[in-house]
Amino acid sequence: MSNAPVNKSRRRFLTAATSVVGGVGVVGAAVPFIASWNPSAKAKSAGAPVEVDISKLEPGQLIRVKWRGKPVWVISRTPKMLGVLDGLADQLRDPASEEPQQPAFAQNIHRSLKQEIFIAVGICTHLGCSPLFLPDTFAEQVEGIDSGFFCPCHGSTFDMSGRVFQGVPAPLNLEIPPYRFIDDTNILIGKLEGEA
Amino acid sequence: MQNLINWIDARIPMTRVWNMHLAQYPAPKNFNFWYFFGFIATIVLVNQIVTGVWLTMSYNPSAEGAFASVEYIMRDVEYGYVLRYMHSTGASAFFFVVYMHMFRGMIYGSYQKPRELLWLFGMFIFLALMAEAFMGYLLPWGQMSYWGAQVIISLFGAIPVIGDDITLWIRGDYVISGATLNRFFALHVIALPLVLVILVFLHIVALHEVGSNNPDGIDTKKKKGTIAEDDKPKFKFHEYYTSKKDIVDSIPFFPYVVLKDLVAFTIFLLVFCYIMFFAPEMGGYFIEAPNFEPANPLKTPDHIAPVWYFTPFYAILRAVPHKLLGVIAMFAAIILLALLPWIDRGKVRSIRYRCEAHKWNIVMFAICFLALMKLGAGTADDLNKFLSRLFGFGYFAFFGFLWLYSGNEKTKPVPERIA
Repeated sequence: MSNAPVNKSRRRFLTAATSVVGGVGVVGAAVPFIASWNPSAKAKSAGAPVEVDISKLEPGQLIRVKWRGKPVWVISRTPKMLGVLDGLADQLRDPASEEPQQPAFAQNIHRSLKQEIFIAVGICTHLGCSPLFLPDTFAEQVEGIDSGFFCPCHGSTFDMSGRVFQGVPAPLNLEIPPYRFIDDTNILIGKLEGEA
Repeated sequence: MQNLINWIDARIPMTRVWNMHLAQYPAPKNFNFWYFFGFIATIVLVNQIVTGVWLTMSYNPSAEGAFASVEYIMRDVEYGYVLRYMHSTGASAFFFVVYMHMFRGMIYGSYQKPRELLWLFGMFIFLALMAEAFMGYLLPWGQMSYWGAQVIISLFGAIPVIGDDITLWIRGDYVISGATLNRFFALHVIALPLVLVILVFLHIVALHEVGSNNPDGIDTKKKKGTIAEDDKPKFKFHEYYTSKKDIVDSIPFFPYVVLKDLVAFTIFLLVFCYIMFFAPEMGGYFIEAPNFEPANPLKTPDHIAPVWYFTPFYAILRAVPHKLLGVIAMFAAIILLALLPWIDRGKVRSIRYRCEAHKWNIVMFAICFLALMKLGAGTADDLNKFLSRLFGFGYFAFFGFLWLYSGNEKTKPVPERIA
């Protein structure tokens, strides 16, 4: 044991330096534990955005794609279908889409990026059945309206913007997924404009 | 035999710990039935750990296999249904016992100085217990498991800016999936039980340092040298306690208090077994009906309600029309309880010697809590929301009133000694 006088400031410096390095080590060691809770590569690929080619989509036609395990509808709405949307407000639960069932761009009567192309998650907001698309015979469900969506399970009805009618079990409008147009005929479902 | 004990005592303080914490630990002689619940809670914890370990042996923590493995436990494993019902009934029993234990602390002022830290450890146990119960409820992978977890996890989505990322991080997927189930399983069977056991240990260490409170709220540890020798109890207490204070009106924890607790435990067990064998689902309050259907991400049950022990806080959450504020109110309801030692400015502990207003305030609190419990289990129609707001207001008002009158309270004279 040395009898040299104690250099207190050196001791303090060494204690502080050791603590800082140790602290950095603890933070570094915490990273794998925290990061391992993020969605795995497998979960991410299963939840990846899907691309849809709509070049062959006829007016009035519906195609289904699967995104994150859910059916997503892509529909080309005819001018006639669009014309009806404006006058329905007093028959709907949430005509202005105030409930958070859509990205910000779809908070209007069309609930879409481009007026004619309608994209929605095809799952009834009541109990998760998939409603039917009735392009011509919807008037049997709601008088005076030719086209819309009808859920065969419990009779919920939605207009051509996926807005729910009053007096049916479904509480909310159909969900609109985030999506963007890659070009005129290709849509990427699952990513908003500007999202990496 | 004595040689063996000596041999061990020279290597680990077995006799000393036995004496210090059991045979020569002084407990006030006037404990009433409210003092049973701490003991019972400990035994219920042991029940949860033992039955939990056994359930783990037959349970399959995967989205594909979980539901079927619970059915397998119920139908095919010998006595599997007993083990599972012991565990599920035990969870409800745990909360019942803990709520009684906490209410005891409230009426007799057991949270007051010098027991603040003891109370805080208790509140941490309560929090860990709620996390443990919530994660355990996901494991059977039934409809209510799934959608209950959906609702609770989405609460974190109310946090501004980072909320959605946090829910994604908790789930480990875009929806609740096998990844979520597996991590909840790990936390439920390893992490949180460890935390709980450590917290219970600290709770008891803190209790034994300050000593038990009692229904009179009178100190049984008097200043050293103030009590005449023949006025002290005729029992031997450990010198750790007697060297610092003069102990009065106390009995050794073992065997006197333990035997009394065991009688209470027997009665508890009678009720427990009756429920376990004849009403394990408790009409949908312990195990909810939708949980007999496997989890289905595409189908929401008609009515989502948490298990009964969460409903008071769930009612507060729903009573607030704003999502983030609702979450804040719910957590505030728990944090305020934890802050009781500082909200209550009174010097008198027991309800027996406090002002009239205090009695009515505690009665109001109990009524509000029970009413919220009932409301949280029901559907959120207009009447339910109105009543939830009313009783939720009462719940919070308790703390406000307490702070106000306890600052300058007209109390009754507190006796020097336990009669």
